[in-house]
Amino acid sequence: MPSARSWRAYPQTYRLEASRCSGCQKTFFPPRQVCNACSGREFETFRMGYGGTVVTHTVIRTPGDQFQGEAPFAVGIIAMDDGPKMTTQIVDVPLEEIRIGMKVKLEFRRMYAEGHDGVIEYGHKAVPLRE
Amino acid sequence: MSVGIVGYGAHLPRRRIKVEEIAKVWGADAPSYKKGLELLQKSVPALDEDTITLSVEAVRNALTRAGGIDPADIGALYIGSESHPYAVKPSGTIVAEAIGAVPSCHTADFEFACKAGSEAMFVAYGLVKAGLVKYAVGIGGDTSQGAPGDALEYSAAAGSAAFIMGDDPDKMLATVDETYAFMTDTPDFWRREHQFYPSHGGRFTGEPAYFRTTLGAVNGLLEKANLKPEDFRWAVFHQPNGKFPARVAKMAGFTEEQYDVGRLVPLLGNTYSGASPLGLTAILDVAQPGDRIFMCSYGSGAGSDAFVYTVQDRIREVQNLAPKTRWMLEENTIQVEYGEYAKMRRKIRLAGE
Amino acid sequence: MRDVAVIGVGMQKWGEIWTKSLREIFVESALLAMDDAGIDKLEAMYVGSMSPGLFAAQEHIGSLLADYLGQAPIPATRVESACASGGLAFRMACMDVASGMHDIVLAGGVEKMTDISGGEATFALSTASDMKWEGTCGVTFPGLYAMMAVAHMEKFGTTREQLAQVAVKNHANGSLNARAQFPTKITAEQVINSVKVADPLNILDCSPITDGAAAVIVVPADMVKNFQQPGVKVTGTGHATDTIALHDRDDLTVIDSARLAGEQAYKMAGKTPQDIDLCEVHDCFTIAEIMVTEALGFCELGGGGPAVAAGHTALGGKIPVNTSGGLKSKGHPVGATGVGQVIEVVEQLRGQSGQRQVKDAKVGMTQNMGGSGGSSVVHILEVM
Repeated sequence: MPSARSWRAYPQTYRLEASRCSGCQKTFFPPRQVCNACSGREFETFRMGYGGTVVTHTVIRTPGDQFQGEAPFAVGIIAMDDGPKMTTQIVDVPLEEIRIGMKVKLEFRRMYAEGHDGVIEYGHKAVPLRE
Repeated sequence: MSVGIVGYGAHLPRRRIKVEEIAKVWGADAPSYKKGLELLQKSVPALDEDTITLSVEAVRNALTRAGGIDPADIGALYIGSESHPYAVKPSGTIVAEAIGAVPSCHTADFEFACKAGSEAMFVAYGLVKAGLVKYAVGIGGDTSQGAPGDALEYSAAAGSAAFIMGDDPDKMLATVDETYAFMTDTPDFWRREHQFYPSHGGRFTGEPAYFRTTLGAVNGLLEKANLKPEDFRWAVFHQPNGKFPARVAKMAGFTEEQYDVGRLVPLLGNTYSGASPLGLTAILDVAQPGDRIFMCSYGSGAGSDAFVYTVQDRIREVQNLAPKTRWMLEENTIQVEYGEYAKMRRKIRLAGE
Repeated sequence: MRDVAVIGVGMQKWGEIWTKSLREIFVESALLAMDDAGIDKLEAMYVGSMSPGLFAAQEHIGSLLADYLGQAPIPATRVESACASGGLAFRMACMDVASGMHDIVLAGGVEKMTDISGGEATFALSTASDMKWEGTCGVTFPGLYAMMAVAHMEKFGTTREQLAQVAVKNHANGSLNARAQFPTKITAEQVINSVKVADPLNILDCSPITDGAAAVIVVPADMVKNFQQPGVKVTGTGHATDTIALHDRDDLTVIDSARLAGEQAYKMAGKTPQDIDLCEVHDCFTIAEIMVTEALGFCELGGGGPAVAAGHTALGGKIPVNTSGGLKSKGHPVGATGVGQVIEVVEQLRGQSGQRQVKDAKVGMTQNMGGSGGSSVVHILEVM
């Protein structure tokens, strides 16, 4: 029954809610209870924007069972313009075109489904920023 | 007090498949499809795209154009689709949660074949007009499936359009001046519970269904509004293929110049509940203040919703704030072959399925 | 605190052990260690195991293994820190003996990984990542290390060929180890042309899925004379943690937990990297060995690739790394790996390593790592 596990994280997975330490201004995604830089315990919540930059990346060719049938797919670490870093898939781009430093934008996507009769987990994946 | 659109947005999957690519798999004659249906390609959602994901992106674009309204002021959100990801569990709750409209928000999922999107717009408009809510969102989106090899496979496509209705004159982009709905029980296209692909009545979907219903709504609205086709700068009709909207426009007295901008289907395919709403977004992307727009949807089963809009001054400020529909349609695309399309549309049965 | 020494080691050949269960492979290795020490009674035991629940549908293995080893009712503790579980179990045993609580303590490790499918094993291993914020997007462990490799290659110019050289070296070492899962030499060309797993890592850059167990006996150093084997003293231990989500680290090209655990162990032992005669490091992927040799100070940051290419870390080089064959060739039964590393160093310091013996080895080091570097355990061992 993982639906409660995903449900309680909807503010983060659906709306990209992050937090900023009131003491030292360090940003966290997901929010934390204790700042790992200054040990502060007071935070303000804010919604991240969708823009970011690829810090590193790879192509998953042998996925775990939950992602069978989807490989190959790219994943990367994205440094969000608003501070925190996150790991997510990089989609809608030829795999060989992904580069460190590439500008991306997060889009709302299906992350995975719990089998054929379980809950669908939604979240954000990165697409190349095109104007 | 005028009520109308204060924010609009669209979102399309990036992948496209050409008619030739589908036809060669089934030994069909591509030129006859291209000519007969006026279809060149269609959009293909990826494995991780569905009606909900496309709609969240469309609403976010609409919010961007709505100029900083607080999502908490959205009192109602309706999403029309024939491809809701869940049979039981609303799509609207996910979209509302993703944009931050929860919890004070009335939400429902609509289904009426290809007219569910305009239904959502109709009800959203009506609630604001009644003074029950400050803002209401109407969304039409689909990731429709056609059975492999069936004529529908060449057109069943994906996309979503969202409209925020409100009565704030400072935010008004296009007023809704008149509405009309036409509906009879006409079974031209359906999908029974537990069936993966829809069924249709072949040529019965044309004359007694699409054309009779659409013209009924067009004539009903023109009469109700006391307007003539030449009073409109733009017109958009439901577009299951390229030919139907052109023909129904001509029958109703509209010209190609009026309907061409909103007729996305040759390059997009039929986005079902998203079809005429997406056409409307493409028109709003280029419309000028004062332009009058005619819109008529069609949903099998069968019915049409028709609207008259008048474009307001603020449109100029917002057209470039979010991706334009024609740009998404024509520029930001990836062509796929049938194999990847079959994988993306889960037409390949994997282990454990 | 009392000084601590290892006086018994035991380990069967690792690999796909279809005919034996988790408890059987553990008891076999534990008995070998007890026989090596010449004892049949323990006072306490610590067993490293990452996920017997997911791999073998069995939790509560501290008691289970103590019972099947004929040692119940002694206190038996399962220790978990993902792939560093074995190294941490050894550290717990050393701390137990050093504290004076017990005199004869077994430190073991075990993992039975082949009873489930490859996809299920990939999932089980991925639970050592931040499942909610890394795992839900489909990233695997090879994927996480591949992302470190991409960052390392971008920053330092580390090459695909250098990565392959780690696997070539470790398989050459493993070919001299009868207990290795894959005791076969391979070429860089084979590595580079092997099946792609997570770009730039191919299957021969990855440690295998392995069944295996390992055990050592730890006693107070001043009791060593009571036993039949020469004692090997544990002079340094270090243990450090880091964010388990790779993306939460400021620098993706340095494994800080290894660096910090190494600094603790060097300080405690009063040694520097130049004093180390051989080191077993956690080469779960080829890039990991390169980054750990940098973190432990055997070369400059960014120097790990050139060092392996120059042969500095080969048998006969300046600092032989993974003389056992490493996780790459010897196998990686995750919970047992850290104890297996200790066994290699103890045998080297005893002069019992045969064809792969490092000449005059006096000081050896082990580095065992959990996840993508969320934990590291380092030990320094010396001849007495």
